[in-house]
Amino acid sequence: MKIGTAGSKESNDCFITVKESDKTEITIESIVAAFFYDQIKETIENTLKELDVKNVIVVVEDKGALDYTIKSRLISAIKRMN
Amino acid sequence: MFRSLLFIPSNNPSMIQNADIFSADGIIFDLEDSVDISEKDNARNLLMNYLNEGTNYPSLIVLRINPVETEFFLNDLELLKTQKINYVLLPKADIESLKILDRHLSTYEEKYKLDKIKVIVLTETTNSIIEIDQIAKHKRVEGILLGAEDLCNELEINRTNEGNEILFARSKVIYACTANNIIAIDTPNTSIDNEELLKKDCLNAKNLGMKAKSAIHPNQLEIINDIFSPSKDEIDWAIKVIKEKEKNLSKGAFSVDGKMIDKPLLMKADKIINKAKLYHLI
Repeated sequence: MKIGTAGSKESNDCFITVKESDKTEITIESIVAAFFYDQIKETIENTLKELDVKNVIVVVEDKGALDYTIKSRLISAIKRMN
Repeated sequence: MFRSLLFIPSNNPSMIQNADIFSADGIIFDLEDSVDISEKDNARNLLMNYLNEGTNYPSLIVLRINPVETEFFLNDLELLKTQKINYVLLPKADIESLKILDRHLSTYEEKYKLDKIKVIVLTETTNSIIEIDQIAKHKRVEGILLGAEDLCNELEINRTNEGNEILFARSKVIYACTANNIIAIDTPNTSIDNEELLKKDCLNAKNLGMKAKSAIHPNQLEIINDIFSPSKDEIDWAIKVIKEKEKNLSKGAFSVDGKMIDKPLLMKADKIINKAKLYHLI
């Protein structure tokens, strides 16, 4: 199974794991989930769409990252899948 | 013109998102030494997305790329496409690596219709100190930053608080920059919690002729900005000189506070006034 990770669990960052799968699933654990869960999910979905990546499990462990940080960590994790 | 440049590791989201609120005149986003080899892609990616999709940016952005001979060099240059980079900082530079960078920058400028990309050279090898006159004359170079840590490693000497071991290198940078009308930027001070040491180091560098200093921690910026700005006494003197000149338009020389003022001192007063205006001190 192909798997890639990127990021950290430090403040303002997020740790993202991407695994090959037969369908797309997104799991988000965030210290700001109560306010930003939908926004984080939308960032993940849009980035997957932009990269035309399907059938992956994405696990986001978020420590308050801004949208561009989440996007960049997801792109790195996908590029690192092997 | 700037007084302070703060290094920020490009894989640190906390520092990147605060880059515009630090009191540095410019930010150096670092892709080289502060980023582990395994994280180069991640750092470049984070910086690319920040520069494309962030909301607030520092007023002056410097990008420290990886050296030209590394596998990361060309990918680092891709960040120029964001059109938010004011200067490229070339590490481990010598005249050959500067020429290689220059050729690549010309290609980027043409391909992406970019304005001329300016370069600050990091002189941190003995070879770069020897070649500094050629480096300073190069059409792309707008500043030279002395990197004393690597230089002292190569020389197998220890850094000291007094800095005598880098006097020759500092002087070479200052003379090459001044002769070519580019900015001489001093090496960072690695003591991040010793204000007195930082003050002495800044004063020493300024008195030798450095025009700015790099910083590795935000808490160094206040002292650097203060010391590399014209002092209140200097500004008061310069204002007095300019006022006296207005009263003595036809005279080549006149006196202020009992001292003769001629062309060199008039030019010095002009420079002080310009800097004071730039840094909002008057």
